[in-house]
Amino acid sequence: MTGHAGPSLKENLKDAGAMALASAALALPLVGFLTVDRAQTIVLEYRFGELLYAVAVIFVGRLLLLLANQGHSPAVLVATGAFSVLWAANAFLGIVAITWPALGWLTWIVFSVIALRAWFFMYQAGRRVKQDASDVAERAGTVIYRLGKYLGPALAAFALVMPLMPFADQRMVDLGILVLTYIMLGWGLNVVVGLAGLLDLGYVAFYAVGAYSYAIISLNWGLNFWETLPLAGAMAATFGILLGFPVLRLRGDYLAIVTLGFGEMIRLILLNWDELTNGPKGMGGIARPSFFGMPFTAAPPEGVTAVHQFFGLNFAPIHRVIWLYYIILAMALLTNWFTLRIRQLPIGRAWEALREDEIACRALGINPTNTKLTAFAIGAMFGGFAGSFFATRQGFISPESFNFLESAIILAVVVLGGMGSQIGVVVASVVLIGGPEWFRDLEAYRMVAFGALMVAIMVWRPQGLLAHREPTIHLRGRQPAPAVAARAPAR
Amino acid sequence: MEYFLQQLINGVTLGAIFGLIAIGYTMVYGILGMVNFAHGDVFMIGGFVAVITFLILGVLGLTWVPFALLCMLLIAMVFTGVHGWAVERIGYRALRNSNRLAPLISAIGMSIFLQNYVQLLQGARNKAIPPMISGGVELMTSPTGFTVKFGYMQMVIIAVTTVLMVGFSLLIARTSMGRQQRACEQDMRMARLLGVDVDRTISLTFIMGAALAAVAGMIWLLYYGIIDFYVGFLAGIKAFTAAVLGGIGSLPGAMLGGLLIGLIEVFWSAYFSVEYKDVAAFAILVLVLIFRPTGLLGQPDIEKV
Amino acid sequence: MNQAPLLRVEHLTMRFGGLVAIDDVSFDAGDREITAIIGPNGAGKTTVFNCLTGFYKPTIGRLALHKAGGREFLLERMEGYRIGQTARVARTFQNIRLFPRMSVLENLLVAQHNRLMRASGYTLFGLFGLPVYRQAEAHAVDVARYWLDRIGLTPRADEDAGNMPYGDQRRLEIARAMCTEPILLCLDEPAAGLNARESAELNEMLRFIRDEHKIGVLLIEHDMSVVMKISDHVVVLDYGRKISDGTPEFVRKDPAVIRAYLGEDEDEALPPEVAADLGSRG
Repeated sequence: MTGHAGPSLKENLKDAGAMALASAALALPLVGFLTVDRAQTIVLEYRFGELLYAVAVIFVGRLLLLLANQGHSPAVLVATGAFSVLWAANAFLGIVAITWPALGWLTWIVFSVIALRAWFFMYQAGRRVKQDASDVAERAGTVIYRLGKYLGPALAAFALVMPLMPFADQRMVDLGILVLTYIMLGWGLNVVVGLAGLLDLGYVAFYAVGAYSYAIISLNWGLNFWETLPLAGAMAATFGILLGFPVLRLRGDYLAIVTLGFGEMIRLILLNWDELTNGPKGMGGIARPSFFGMPFTAAPPEGVTAVHQFFGLNFAPIHRVIWLYYIILAMALLTNWFTLRIRQLPIGRAWEALREDEIACRALGINPTNTKLTAFAIGAMFGGFAGSFFATRQGFISPESFNFLESAIILAVVVLGGMGSQIGVVVASVVLIGGPEWFRDLEAYRMVAFGALMVAIMVWRPQGLLAHREPTIHLRGRQPAPAVAARAPAR
Repeated sequence: MEYFLQQLINGVTLGAIFGLIAIGYTMVYGILGMVNFAHGDVFMIGGFVAVITFLILGVLGLTWVPFALLCMLLIAMVFTGVHGWAVERIGYRALRNSNRLAPLISAIGMSIFLQNYVQLLQGARNKAIPPMISGGVELMTSPTGFTVKFGYMQMVIIAVTTVLMVGFSLLIARTSMGRQQRACEQDMRMARLLGVDVDRTISLTFIMGAALAAVAGMIWLLYYGIIDFYVGFLAGIKAFTAAVLGGIGSLPGAMLGGLLIGLIEVFWSAYFSVEYKDVAAFAILVLVLIFRPTGLLGQPDIEKV
Repeated sequence: MNQAPLLRVEHLTMRFGGLVAIDDVSFDAGDREITAIIGPNGAGKTTVFNCLTGFYKPTIGRLALHKAGGREFLLERMEGYRIGQTARVARTFQNIRLFPRMSVLENLLVAQHNRLMRASGYTLFGLFGLPVYRQAEAHAVDVARYWLDRIGLTPRADEDAGNMPYGDQRRLEIARAMCTEPILLCLDEPAAGLNARESAELNEMLRFIRDEHKIGVLLIEHDMSVVMKISDHVVVLDYGRKISDGTPEFVRKDPAVIRAYLGEDEDEALPPEVAADLGSRG
């Protein structure tokens, strides 16, 4: 460790002071004052204590970070690490009551991040080759990819047996269904965003089209889940092509905004087209999936065997939930298989090439519009499948389930998981969807954290947190071919 | 005719709000080539700062309307400007030389963050304030009894917007700061070589954009009397549509586009259907981007190979 | 000459608003020949390429490509990607445009996209791994390997293209263009940034492409030693106009060319390095 002659304490204090001042200015109106509605009127409450506390934390945190950067990493690591551990211990044991728990946890996060930074500085100082944080993430990505060979099947096996485990109550299986739905949506969007590099901010539109197609078809024609599923998927894919065709020529950021516009337009149409969609009241009474024609009901009509009778079990509502779980698991795994497979085909390579450089693709004779359109349509199809599943699971759908926020959540799953990474989507869904669902108290903080994490990851590692790209084909290990003669071009 | 005139007045008022927000989009796009998706939420923050200032003034007993309005205006501009500065400093600066999508994703994250941060801190419910300026001039009455009314509030809004836009145009056209801003817009690297402090110029662009959005937020609050944490999403998209319609990167374009979007929305609601007024806004956005991405007053963008 | 040349450019004019980037330029590029387009900076050379390969639509002009067998393509009427796909004109770029985060081999396979797409039954056969696709893929890898051997990148085929040294990237881009099996290869300053040895290797490669693959090569180049050594035919542009056209010997002595490069004052002696460059041929 070389403690190079850094800035003096005075300069550090000045730097940290400036930062504290800026954050005070930022926080003063929104943190310092609280607007409360009271009986027809609105009054002001004050939170200056919290404001001061937050500013103090930022001041101390900045100072510690500066010190860590100037060769005092071990001391900073000990101080912040000790604080974080003590705080966490107190939180679980409840020795000292905390006045502002939310702010306290925020402090905890800040100090933990500083501790990590300090540790990272030490780690870096001990190595001859300088690495930045991005290199570390790259290595982590590689490790996860290698682990993926075992982790993937292990996770799939766990997913397969999870509902049969003794600890799996209905809440757990329901949560599993929710997480798997987002995994499937994430994998579907990953084709569009991760592989083809098309930022689609209206993905929820296809989810909605799938759900509404399913509801309308099953209510009007009485087709069952398995008959309707492909139709709903085809409908969503058709919408993908119809919407995609005029806009896929646009530049990336314009495309994003236009897809956002389409997503909102579809929602508004669903909201207002009462004859078809029943407007804001939504559509109910959608057919639940049956088990090879057998319903999941306690008292089936005469002449129909219910599932529990067929298996000789006592009726329990969880049976249907478990069946739904396996349906979405199968659908998600199919999506995964399809994506992994198509990545190694010419179309998948062309998607990635388009993401890297569209102009070069055009020069190589690749039709950019058609290639993008397939990515868009395939992504839309999976969105449509997931939407049908959503409709059959809920039994009721309304336009409010398909707002921009939903698109943003799916996008967050893809971005935070590392664009293009299949396992990343799984990890992100479990953490981002499962976590807040499980710990209900965190619900209010979930979207704030989503937004902050999206920014942090883009700033820190724009290609995605665990993005690690393995070539789709290797020359090594292939038989050296008999020399291809210099071939005259086909005339 | 009378009905038409009334809608015209309402449309211009709404257009003034969109135009003020659109300037922020267009300036940032001009200088950084990115869509600052969080700008709509900065506008929303402007509205919230205005609410809070209004309440503080009430507590302090300073309720003389012109003074209160001025205070709200200045305070909202300053604190929202700080937010605009922070958005750029935290979310975008590190991504300046990154690919096109990274800043946009960061901006979307920023937008999600700001919305939910405000919801967390101020609650999800609407914030309503009593009308500060009421009354107006009755311009004419039709034989059927329909009265065209030009509200004092509308007059204030149009006047404030006009003054700000003229002042802002002069700022960009005449001052050294404006020159630096335009230089960075044309060629950032060259501007840096010639001694322009690019970071400072970009920060100022964000601060000015946010300050104008804050004015729009305050006007929104006064005009509708109500604001919530989600208002920035739709207003932001409409203002972006305005910027695109006028030709993104062009200041007069943003003002013109804002005016047009305001008029279109109001007339659509008045003569067709209120339900589909947002669909109309999105449809314009999509159509303009597909058929005329350079907008009405924008410069064509030649693809460099 | 009764047979039409491989490429015939007639009255090509490109205006951007008021700016005339190319003004009524006509020239031919022959099959199995290396045609060089030279000229000072801003002469409109890259714009000619961009018109040829469909990135710009020419304001006026006819760009006719004649395939053996009499088929004629009017490039100015074709959509950009079709020029590569159907007319088989391939190009490289002044600032290299590889797919940096894909492997070297993948870069070469993407170039064979259209053939592989057909073989994969537009993805359907490929999805289920039918033999017809597997064979096509193996063949595509062999083609790639052939070019990798040629440019000496076989050992690094599985690494990201963006991690290759600059000179290798230049050659990889040419190999990638060749993998599309073009009949006309357009190279935009292929020698830019190469050292003397790499430049010599490049000359070797271009001759090889012309002689062994029997296609036409169109070349934009600043490096006179490359131009004079390997081209069969030189076209000189200045301020968007053609000022000279002929063999390297002819062009080198053309007073109009010397004026364009050295200014109006003809009496002034050639700077030594230019003289060396111009004289280094043969």
